[in-house]
Amino acid sequence: MMNLFVLQLLNGVQLGVLLFLIAAGLTLVFGIMDVINLAHGVLYMVGAYLIATFAAATGSFWWGLLLTLPAAVVVGLVVEFVVMRRLYARSHLDQVLATFGLVMIANEAVKMIWGTSPLSVPMPEIFSGSVPLMGPLKYPVYRIVIIAAGLAVALGLFVMVNYTRVGMLLRAGATNRDTVSALGVDINRLFAIVFTLGAVLACLAGAMVAPILSVDTGMGESVLILTFVVVVIGGIGSIKGAFLGALLVATVDTIGGVFGPIWLRSFLDPSAAGQMGRVLAPMLVYILMAVILFAKPAGLFGRRA
Amino acid sequence: MTSLTVTGLNKSFGALKVTDDVSLSVEPGEFHAIIGPNGAGKTTLISQLSGQLRSDSGAVRLGDHDVSRLSMPERVRLGLARSFQITSVLPGFTALENVALAVQARDGSSYRFFGRVSDESPLNGEAMTALREAGLDRRAHVLAKSLSHGEHRRLELAIALATRPKVLLLDEPLAGVGGEDAEAFIENLRKLKGRFTMVLIEHDMDAVFALADRVSVLVYGRIIATGAPEEIRNDPEVRAAYLGEEEGEAA
Amino acid sequence: MTELTATATPANRPALSGRVKAALVLFVLFALMPPVASALDDPFYVLIGTRIIAYAIAAMALDLILGYGAMVSFGHAAYLGFGTYAVAILSRHGINDLFLQIVFAMGISAVFAFVTGAISLRTRGVYFIMITLAFGQMAFFFFISLSAYGGDDGVALAQRSTVLGMDLLETNFGLYYVSLALLIGLFFLCHRIVGSRFGRVLTGVRENPTRMEAIGFSPFRYQLTAFIISGCITGVAGVILANQAQFVSPAFMSWHKSGELIVMVVLGGVGTLAGPIAGAVAALMLEEWLGHFSDNWKLYFGIFLVLMVLFSPHGITGVLRKMGLVRGQE
Ligand SMILES: Nc1ncnc2c1ncn2[C@@H]1O[C@H](COP(=O)(O)OP(=O)(O)OP(=O)(O)O)[C@@H](O)[C@H]1O
Ligand SMILES: [Mg+2]
Repeated sequence: MMNLFVLQLLNGVQLGVLLFLIAAGLTLVFGIMDVINLAHGVLYMVGAYLIATFAAATGSFWWGLLLTLPAAVVVGLVVEFVVMRRLYARSHLDQVLATFGLVMIANEAVKMIWGTSPLSVPMPEIFSGSVPLMGPLKYPVYRIVIIAAGLAVALGLFVMVNYTRVGMLLRAGATNRDTVSALGVDINRLFAIVFTLGAVLACLAGAMVAPILSVDTGMGESVLILTFVVVVIGGIGSIKGAFLGALLVATVDTIGGVFGPIWLRSFLDPSAAGQMGRVLAPMLVYILMAVILFAKPAGLFGRRA
Repeated sequence: MTSLTVTGLNKSFGALKVTDDVSLSVEPGEFHAIIGPNGAGKTTLISQLSGQLRSDSGAVRLGDHDVSRLSMPERVRLGLARSFQITSVLPGFTALENVALAVQARDGSSYRFFGRVSDESPLNGEAMTALREAGLDRRAHVLAKSLSHGEHRRLELAIALATRPKVLLLDEPLAGVGGEDAEAFIENLRKLKGRFTMVLIEHDMDAVFALADRVSVLVYGRIIATGAPEEIRNDPEVRAAYLGEEEGEAA
Repeated sequence: MTELTATATPANRPALSGRVKAALVLFVLFALMPPVASALDDPFYVLIGTRIIAYAIAAMALDLILGYGAMVSFGHAAYLGFGTYAVAILSRHGINDLFLQIVFAMGISAVFAFVTGAISLRTRGVYFIMITLAFGQMAFFFFISLSAYGGDDGVALAQRSTVLGMDLLETNFGLYYVSLALLIGLFFLCHRIVGSRFGRVLTGVRENPTRMEAIGFSPFRYQLTAFIISGCITGVAGVILANQAQFVSPAFMSWHKSGELIVMVVLGGVGTLAGPIAGAVAALMLEEWLGHFSDNWKLYFGIFLVLMVLFSPHGITGVLRKMGLVRGQE
C-alpha cells in the first residue's frame, strides 16, 4: 500500500513537472499578451515528433534532443510571426478561432507527414535501468531524470523571471501591460520572445516524454486541457501558480485515480465503489478546479479575474 | 427625499491614501457641491458612495439605511444613483433605449422573455421625460455611439434621472462642455434642484456657485472645509489650497 | 437593434425585420430540400440535412449567449451530448416519447449549466473560455467512463423516438420535418427573447456591465439565466442528433465539437440568430465538400479558419456586407 502510494506520488510529480513546462509558457502568453492559444498543446506534440525524427535520423536520442531545441525555436518564431502577431489586438473570440484552426492544421499536417501509426523514441542507453526505491520497489531512472530536468528548468525559469531584466519586464507585463510599453520597451520583440520561450518549453516537454510514451497525434489534446486547468488554478500570468497548480493537478489526477476507489471502498460495497471510482477519477481535476475557482475566481496566485 | 450621511470613509490604492477619513452629511433636498484640484480623490469618493469601489473602512447611510455593505445595484435600487465623469453608456443602444433600460431596472421584472420591450409605451414615455429634462429628447433615436460629447454628458444625466434617485451623485457632468451649451446645461440642473438630494462634483466654479446650497472642499483625500458658497469663497485656507489660481483665472 | 420609437405602435414599425426575413428564406429552402433531393434520387441528403438542422439549433443557442451576452462558451458540445444521452438513457428504460426525452435533456442541461455557469460567470475573458472548456471536458470524461452506456464506444439506439405514440420519426422525411419544425419554433423563441425585456438586459450587459450595475442590474443572474436557456436549447439539438445518428457516444461532446459550434456562429455572424443557422449550413457543407476531395479536409478547413480570422473579421456577413449584399446593422 505504502509502496503503491510512493510510486504513484512519483508518477504524479513526473506528470506535474511536464505539465509545468507546458503551462509556464501558456500562462505567460495569457498573462502578458492576453492571448488565448489553443494551439499550445500542438507544440508539445510537435516536440515529440521532432525528436522522433531527429533521433531516428541520427541514431541517437542526444543528437535528436540537440537538434529539436533549435527547431523548436524556429517553430515558435514562425508561428508567432505568421499568425500570433496578428492576433494580439484582436478579440478573444478571434484568437480562439484562429488558434483552433491552427490545431486542425497541425494535427492534419502531422498525420500527412508522419502517418497515423504511433512512433516510438528509443530511451537513452544510460538512463534505461531502474533504481531500487524501498523494499522491492523499483523506479525507472528515466522518469527520475525527467523530474530532475524539469525541476532544473523550473529553477532556471524562476531565476530568469525574478532576477533578470527580461524577467522584470515579464512580471511587469503580466500585471500591467501599459507600464511595460510606457518603459519604452519594444513590445513586439518582448511578445516574440515570450511566445518562443513558451513554444520551446512545450516542445522540450514533448521531447522529454517521447521515450516513455507512444508519439501520436492525440497527445497534444489530452495535455492541452489539463494545462488549461493548471493555468486557471494557478492564476493567469503566475509562474509560481503554474508550478504549484501543475503539481496539484498531476498528483490529484494520478493518486486520485488509484486511491479514490480504495477510499470509496471503505464505505461503499466493492462493486459500487469500483463503478463510482471509475466515473469520478477522470473528473477529479475538474472538480478540484471548480472548488478552487469557487473560493478564488482569479486562481491561487492570479491578480485579475 | 433622503439624506446622505458619510462617516470616517477611507480608501487607499497601495501606499496612496486617496480618501482620508471623509465625513459628510447632506441634508434632504440639499444641493451639495464638492470641489477640489485634479487628483484630489473626488471620483474615488463618488465610487465609494455608489458602491462601485469597496471602502477600506467607514460607513455610508442613505436616509435610515446603512448601505455600506451593499453592492452598487443594490444601492441604486434604494435610490442612490450616480453619473460618470468619463461617459459610460451602452454604445450600441439608442439614447432612448439607454434611458428606457434604467426605467426598466426599477419598474417591474426584467425576467420577461416574450413581450417586445420596444413596444412598452410606459417605459418609453418615462424615458422620454428623462431625456427631455436632460435636454436630449430631440436625439432620442440616435445610437449612443453617434452622439457628440456634449450629448453624451446629457445622456449620462438622463440615465441617472431615469433611475428616479433619492440621492443623485453627479461626477463632473459638465466635463468638457463649454460656452452656451454649459449654460443651458446648468439651467437643466437648476430645474432639478430641490427634487432630490444632490451631490455635484464640478470644476466649473460658475456652476458650483450658481447651484450649490453648500460646498465642501476636498484636497488630498481630506475635506478641509464645508460651508455656504460665500464662506468657502472667502475661507483663507481654501483660497490657499485651491481657489487662488482658479479665481485668478476666472477674473 | 430594431428600430424603436417612443410612440411605437404596431402600425408604424416595419412588419418584419431583415433578420426574420433572412431566417424565413432559410426555412423555405430547408423545407424544399427533401423533395428536391428525392427528385434527384439522393435521399441520403435528407439525413445530412437533419444533422445540419441539429447543429443549426445548437449554433443558434450558442449565439444567444455568445452574440447577445458576449459569453464565449467553449463547452457547448457538452449539452449536445446531454441531449443525445437523454435519448439513450430514457429509451433504455422504455421511454421513447420525444417530448419526454426533450424535457429530460433540458433538465440535465439546466442543472449542468446552472452549476458550471455559476462558477464560470464569476470570471471573464480568457478565464471564462478556459473554464467552460474544462467543464465541457469533464462532462466528456464522465460519459467516457460510463460503462453502462458503452463508455468510449457509445451505444446504438434500437429505435427512433416516438411522438405521442406515433412513429413519425421512423422515416428520414418525418424526422427531417419534425426537426425543422423544432428549429423554426426555437428560432422564434430566441427571437422573442432577444427583443424582450430580458434580452435588452442581456445585450446591455454585453455592451457595458458597469453601466448596467450603475442603473441597478446585477449582471450575473441575467447572464446565468441566459447561459441556462442556451444550454437547454442545445440539449434539444442533441435529442435530434441522437435520432439522426441512431447512435450515441462521447464523440458528440469532444472539445472539437464545441470549437466547431463557435466556428458556425462566427461564420454566420455573431449576434444575428439567423446567421448562425446559415453558418451551420455553410460549415457542414464545407466539411462534406472538402471531404470529397481529400481525407485531410481538416487541414484545409483549418487554413480556411485562420485566413477567415486574419482577413475577414466579421465572418461571412462581414464579407457580404463589404460587397454590399447585406445591409449593415448596429
Ligand atoms: N484604481 C486606481 N488605482 C490606483 N490609483 C488610483 C485608482 N483610481 C484613482 N487612483 C489615484 O487616486 C487619486 C485620486 O483619483 P480620482 O480620480 O479620485 O481624482 P479626482 O479628484 O476625481 O480627479 P479629477 O479632478 O482629475 O477627476 C489619483 O492620484 C489617481 O491617480
Ligand atoms: Mg474625477
